[in-house]
Amino acid sequence: MNADRITEKLNILADAAKYDVSCASSGSKRKNENKGLGNASNGICHSYTEDGRCVSLLKILLTNHCIFDCAYCVSRKNNDIKRAAFTVQEVVDLTINFYRRNYIEGLFLSSGIFKDADHTMERLVRVAKKLRTEHNFNGYIHLKSIPGASDELMREAGLYADRLSVNLEMPTEAGLKLLAPDKNRQDMIDPMNFLKNEIILRTEEKKLFKKAPMFAPAGQSTQVIIGATSESDQQVLQSANYFYRNFNLKRVYYSGYVPVLADKRLPALNTSVPMVRENRLYQADWLMRFYGFRVNEIVNDEQPLLDLDIDPKLGWAIRNMHVFPIDVNKADLQMILRVPGVGLLSAQKIVSARKFASLGWEQLKKIGVAVNRARYFIICKSSEFERRDLTGSNIKQFILAESKSKYLKNNHTQLNLF
Amino acid sequence: MIMYTLIYDGTFEGLLTAVFEIYELKLFHVKLIKGEWHSRALFEEVLHIITDEKRAGRVLNGLRKKLSAAGIQRLYIAHMAEMEQEESTLIGFIRYVFDSDQNIEEDYGNKYVMRLSEIIKMVRREKHRMEAFVRFQKLKDEIFYSAIEPDFNVLPLLIRHFKSRYADQKWIIYDVKRGYGVYYDLHDTQYISLDFLEGSKPDNAIAAFNEDEQIYQRLWKNYFNSVNIASRKNTKLHLRHIPRRYWRHLTEKI
Repeated sequence: MNADRITEKLNILADAAKYDVSCASSGSKRKNENKGLGNASNGICHSYTEDGRCVSLLKILLTNHCIFDCAYCVSRKNNDIKRAAFTVQEVVDLTINFYRRNYIEGLFLSSGIFKDADHTMERLVRVAKKLRTEHNFNGYIHLKSIPGASDELMREAGLYADRLSVNLEMPTEAGLKLLAPDKNRQDMIDPMNFLKNEIILRTEEKKLFKKAPMFAPAGQSTQVIIGATSESDQQVLQSANYFYRNFNLKRVYYSGYVPVLADKRLPALNTSVPMVRENRLYQADWLMRFYGFRVNEIVNDEQPLLDLDIDPKLGWAIRNMHVFPIDVNKADLQMILRVPGVGLLSAQKIVSARKFASLGWEQLKKIGVAVNRARYFIICKSSEFERRDLTGSNIKQFILAESKSKYLKNNHTQLNLF
Repeated sequence: MIMYTLIYDGTFEGLLTAVFEIYELKLFHVKLIKGEWHSRALFEEVLHIITDEKRAGRVLNGLRKKLSAAGIQRLYIAHMAEMEQEESTLIGFIRYVFDSDQNIEEDYGNKYVMRLSEIIKMVRREKHRMEAFVRFQKLKDEIFYSAIEPDFNVLPLLIRHFKSRYADQKWIIYDVKRGYGVYYDLHDTQYISLDFLEGSKPDNAIAAFNEDEQIYQRLWKNYFNSVNIASRKNTKLHLRHIPRRYWRHLTEKI
């Protein structure tokens, strides 16, 4: 092995892949039944970069040669950068050797488009096939679905990979047209649709025949870049909601645009990454997936943008003061989940614990409720509760006054681009 | 009321025996301490608990009638973690179990139940961290070796995970803080203790590395640096995920 050459390739092809934010290695249920190497179930973050993101998979491009010229992408055809390409065997060796040392949960393989979609997809599938069939590897494999790849290749990919993803790139078709004129939204949706149907079919099959092979057990995900084009949070979240509902996606990732290229269609190079907005979008996403919120409750025509100062759950609560205060010792779980400062686990603990005895402030605090926020919205077993008739904006001011936001040091403005 | 100090041997059976004695002797204020028998201050009643399997068994059977299997396992794990000064929580919890008519596992309004749930949360987190932070180094004899220093005693809880994941390679995970390890020989695991040569650190075995080892360590460090996005630097978050005390065993942070 030529260590220096591999090191250089790894540097180039890991660097080019890092803007893909998906790091999940969970949701699969691949067991190590053959005394081989590895398994995949709940996912583990093996390390964290200095920017605080999880490192779970060996996330690399097979090559950064690309025939496309997407404005937001470092690997675009007309960008003057170093190019490199791994061989199939090199990726396999890196994966196995990193995995054996417990550095990673598996492989996340993406690629620039060389020649055409099928050639690229075929090479990705070949890596996964080799890992599974020659090396008995049961660790996690996430493959990128290359837009425009044939159904036959997608089917093969599903047999070896745990997860597949197509990046929608821009939240709307108009955004995509502007920045990625070579790409076509329908080409992205087709493989997604094919995989959705195939997954449903295979899951039915698996119910009937236990021995039927697994097919993309960790499902599909996608990613949208935010802050590169002028979409509102309402557009972003409605688009996410659409894909969750119609394509059974496991996750939508929101990637705050990192200005890497000078282009008059894009924010200037010195623009800061919209990290707060990204965080608020993830919070809103969580509300939709785990807290029973409908997208219209979070953003709508009156409120197209998320409030950057406060989280979207608090935002919803202060717009809906008429439903509060609620009694935590009586209310339904669904309603308790809507209280700012109460998380999923705390809500479940409250519902379990109140069967034994009514709960007061001290106990709520112990259970993990952020009482400084929740106290405006609940009553419990205590004669102390918020008696003032506060408006939503009063509460927002009080909460902001006593909280030290972790984002204060960062730039606060949501980009207004055009 | 007199405060009784009970001294036991640190085993789970010992803890259960202590519970037996508390009920047998109708003690009320008690403190349980792990340790050797030696004389204590005056005005303090000290009892030496001698672990007794029969008595421990009776207490365990009593617990089984009032707790779910998972509840008993949580108690066992909380004890094995060897957190200092938490014996009183475990005693308090067990007494609350016996003094209640119904299963109180989920009564989080009770301080012992809540504390036990916190302890379990801390142990689980440490176990999960070790599943993430173990870094194997491939030695000349094809054994993958890793040193760890977990906050709590979680090595026994790691065996199942590593055995099923790395079924086709020999490995050792060694708790250098507590001086014992687990060795997997492709079939079974066993507890081991290693005698390290005078002056040589157990986690420093470069001379024994397999020839590929340093190449992959370097590739991993390179990879770790390549995936960082400098314009998103967030040291506070980084440190919350990997506190500094874990760095000395992490290849990418050395």
